[in-house]
Amino acid sequence: MLMPIAFFLLVAILFPFAVGPEARLLARVGGGVIWAAALLAALLPVERLVAPDAESGVLDQFAVRGLPDAGVAAAKMLGHWLGFAPALLVATVIAAALLHLPGSALVPILAGLAIGTPGLAALGIATAALVAGLRGAGALAGLVMLPFAVPLLIFGAGASAGQPGAFKLLGAVSLLLVAGCPLVAGAAIRMGRN
Amino acid sequence: MRTSLTFADVACVRGGRLLFEDIGFALGPGDAALVSGPNGAGKSSLIRIAAGLLAPAAGRVAGEGARALLAESAALDPELGVAAALRFWARIDGRAEAVMPALEAVGLGELAQVPVRLLSTGQRRRAALARVVASGAPVWLLDEPANGLDAASVRMLEDLIAGHRREGGIALVATHLPIALPDAVAVTL
Repeated sequence: MLMPIAFFLLVAILFPFAVGPEARLLARVGGGVIWAAALLAALLPVERLVAPDAESGVLDQFAVRGLPDAGVAAAKMLGHWLGFAPALLVATVIAAALLHLPGSALVPILAGLAIGTPGLAALGIATAALVAGLRGAGALAGLVMLPFAVPLLIFGAGASAGQPGAFKLLGAVSLLLVAGCPLVAGAAIRMGRN
Repeated sequence: MRTSLTFADVACVRGGRLLFEDIGFALGPGDAALVSGPNGAGKSSLIRIAAGLLAPAAGRVAGEGARALLAESAALDPELGVAAALRFWARIDGRAEAVMPALEAVGLGELAQVPVRLLSTGQRRRAALARVVASGAPVWLLDEPANGLDAASVRMLEDLIAGHRREGGIALVATHLPIALPDAVAVTL
């Protein structure tokens, strides 16, 4: 569970080495860097979110008890979010310090991540259900998930840069993903049984 | 509500290949069916169709009463103790108090605190069987329940199924090992 957070912090640490330690430049791109790092960190655990339960028959046992697959996926989404979002928000404070972001820039980044991470978690579950049981699932998960995460990235980074309306659009995208992804994941789990 | 499980002209196609067709039987309270056939004949697929996990390619499956599935994999958290892992499922079934009696019934009462990952193949099989017993479901769907069991455990399994049938339950058992099921409907694939 802490691996994605450690990865997230590592990206934040490595980035200044790549672009140089100039404070003004870092302050300008810092919000975007944090968002990109959060996206990549959210991708890390995707391979293990659904596949182990599909293999060990846990999902079948839920189904035999009459629990809908989409409901199981929604519960997994909530669990995944609780497992990574609060820790990510704490790590963001540390990352912001490493990137020398001013305190005034930190608040919109944290607010944006709080709004956007449910969407990321939803996308993670849908991707995990789609690639469960496939060979090379990890690499495939990235190819499936990252394009769909582009709106979250755009509006998230926009919100952290103070662009008007970005928060509302970020919220809209996140809500859409939270509402739709459990259904997609449920359908993927059902198809995976064949 | 009368417990039942009915297959009518059920066919199963897997990967474009017809595994079986025209399978029909009707089970009422106290009945059992023994599904037999060579490897790859579709015994597990038939159990999964009965459990509602696979859709039949043709025909109809109907039934009354909750179903409990014993599948190939145990679906028990390997890090938890046997009783705790079973309690996860028993809570969903609303029968947390049934876990310890079920463990005693399958002869694992003394291993209740042992993590699932340390169990042997046969013990894990018995733990999965304990979940079926604890579920209280009237319809048991058992896929190769005797796999990995020693002779004494197979007798215990036969006694459990017989007891379940005496109480009005139904058992659908797929196996390639000899299990004594008196008066069971034979389903040969």
